[in-house]
Amino acid sequence: MAGPVNDAAHPPPSLHYDDAHLRRILTGVRTIAMVGASPNWVRPSNFAMKYLQGKGFRVIPVNPGHAGKPILGETTYGRLADIPDRFDMVDVFRASAEAGAIVDAAIGLAAAKGIKVVWMQIGVRDDAAAARGEAAGLQVVMNRCPKIEYGRLFGELSWSGVNSRIVSSKRPRLTP
Amino acid sequence: MTKKPKKKSAAASKAAPRPPGIETLAIHAGARPDPVTGARNTPIYQTTSYVFDSVDHAADLFNLQTFGFIYSRLTNPTVSVLEERIAALEGGRAAVCAASGHAAQFLAFFTLLEPGDEFVASRNLYGGSITQFGISFKRLGWTCHFVDPNDPENFRRALTPKCKAIFIEVLANPGGIVLDIEAIAAIAREAGIPLIVDNTCATPYLFRPFEWGADLVIHSTTKFLSGHGTSMGGALVESGKFDWTQGGRFPTMTQPDPAYHGLTFYETFGDFGFTMKARAVALRDFGPCMSPANAFYTITGIETLPLRMDRHVASAQKVAEYLEGHPAVAWVSYAGLRSSPYHALARKYLPKGAGSLFTFGLKGGWEAGVKLVESVNLFSHLANIGDTRSLILHPASTTHRQLTDEQRAAAGAGPDVVRLSVGLETVDDLIADLDQALAAAD
Repeated sequence: MAGPVNDAAHPPPSLHYDDAHLRRILTGVRTIAMVGASPNWVRPSNFAMKYLQGKGFRVIPVNPGHAGKPILGETTYGRLADIPDRFDMVDVFRASAEAGAIVDAAIGLAAAKGIKVVWMQIGVRDDAAAARGEAAGLQVVMNRCPKIEYGRLFGELSWSGVNSRIVSSKRPRLTP
Repeated sequence: MTKKPKKKSAAASKAAPRPPGIETLAIHAGARPDPVTGARNTPIYQTTSYVFDSVDHAADLFNLQTFGFIYSRLTNPTVSVLEERIAALEGGRAAVCAASGHAAQFLAFFTLLEPGDEFVASRNLYGGSITQFGISFKRLGWTCHFVDPNDPENFRRALTPKCKAIFIEVLANPGGIVLDIEAIAAIAREAGIPLIVDNTCATPYLFRPFEWGADLVIHSTTKFLSGHGTSMGGALVESGKFDWTQGGRFPTMTQPDPAYHGLTFYETFGDFGFTMKARAVALRDFGPCMSPANAFYTITGIETLPLRMDRHVASAQKVAEYLEGHPAVAWVSYAGLRSSPYHALARKYLPKGAGSLFTFGLKGGWEAGVKLVESVNLFSHLANIGDTRSLILHPASTTHRQLTDEQRAAAGAGPDVVRLSVGLETVDDLIADLDQALAAAD
């Protein structure tokens, strides 16, 4: 029985995303709502937010405990529905058990906000929610980190000796 | 599920594409054309440091909030290519290179252990490792328990609550011994500790430890990977599959790190967190980095690793068979020989060949061995392995010299033992050289 996977070290082997597919998502998306963004600068969500900002993404933090206050120069909102601006992607930095409700909220807001992608972080997986999102026309990625995938696909992760699994004789573009 | 999405955009159910073969990885992994110049071969980035875009960019780099180059003690673009290539060849998640195999071992254990911690190691290791673990590590407060690895249960029996790792050479130096890694990996898994394999003698072309349950792999890249006796180097490779939480048993991975402003490495970097920590703390603070020139020579060497290893093992097999039939030879310890007690294990774990390093003894004992070593003309008498050149050595007086008589005998390096590293010369010439030297020694 496939249950939620909460162990970063053991991504389920069946979850595969084509590099070209992830590259299209990361080059198409410009604004990301990050649910679970932390104001604490040593937390992984804060690391990811700062990195993605540096790559030209606008990241809007969502964190009910921090609503109204800024994180890395952006106002934090309590819920996705409170964000006044449009955003292309929802990044889920919450436990698998909470992912379903966030996906459902994204489905409800998709047309109004222009949401095209729901991305669940490493260790976050809810197959039923992913199926609901895809049925509603959203692209869903689970158990991956957009910062790490961005670094892997555009060459930066290789600088830290990480196996990108990319073999190519083409001259790479370091930024899209 | 009632509704099927029109387009399987997430492709979550699709199988991963077939990964490239090891010959392709040996040439291409980690080495795409240079993005600025288009240079097809990996340039030697002979630079100590790298300019920052801004003060904020510099701070992000120092905080590990972005990926990039600061200073070549930590990362260097030429060394990075080698790191990714070795990680790819091993089927691992990430690698960090070091100045030597010994330095890579230090990086691994410094990242794993606190003072007072312990680990269990096979007693059949390169002699330098036995000394590093048994004597020098002791001064850092780390205790190594050595065991006879031929019975895997010995590892279980030696484990204590303070043990944080099991360390083995599956194809052991000085040669002829193959360990039952599957059984040893099961013991490590049950104990919730990583299995570390020094894969120097086999190389990932002959054996990939991660496929049999290893969690970390060590290399002396000085040997078969660089392959030509030109360049010192080491590597630490992480499988990315070990769960470092283990009920708080690995605080260096799961607790906020005071050496990095409270960063928690496993949580932040996940399946390459161990490599990040080994680099950002151990390599940063102790400094045994690999030079870019050595990385370049090693990258070039690896491109021909599959071809070289096929020839190394084919020639080693022929030389071992010749020696086994020679009247002056008392015994030959090469797992590729049917007479070897390790032959079945070699066929299971090393189907492409049992390496090119092995030992033998002469009926004339130590004196005949000395004569042999001094009578060869083509074999070089020196302390290295994995060169294009064939090498000969008397371990008891050299590589295993610092050990006690008992340790030497246990490690397969007793007084009568001669070690060969069979190179890539014409195999008939190697056999002729041994033939004349054996006649002189008789």
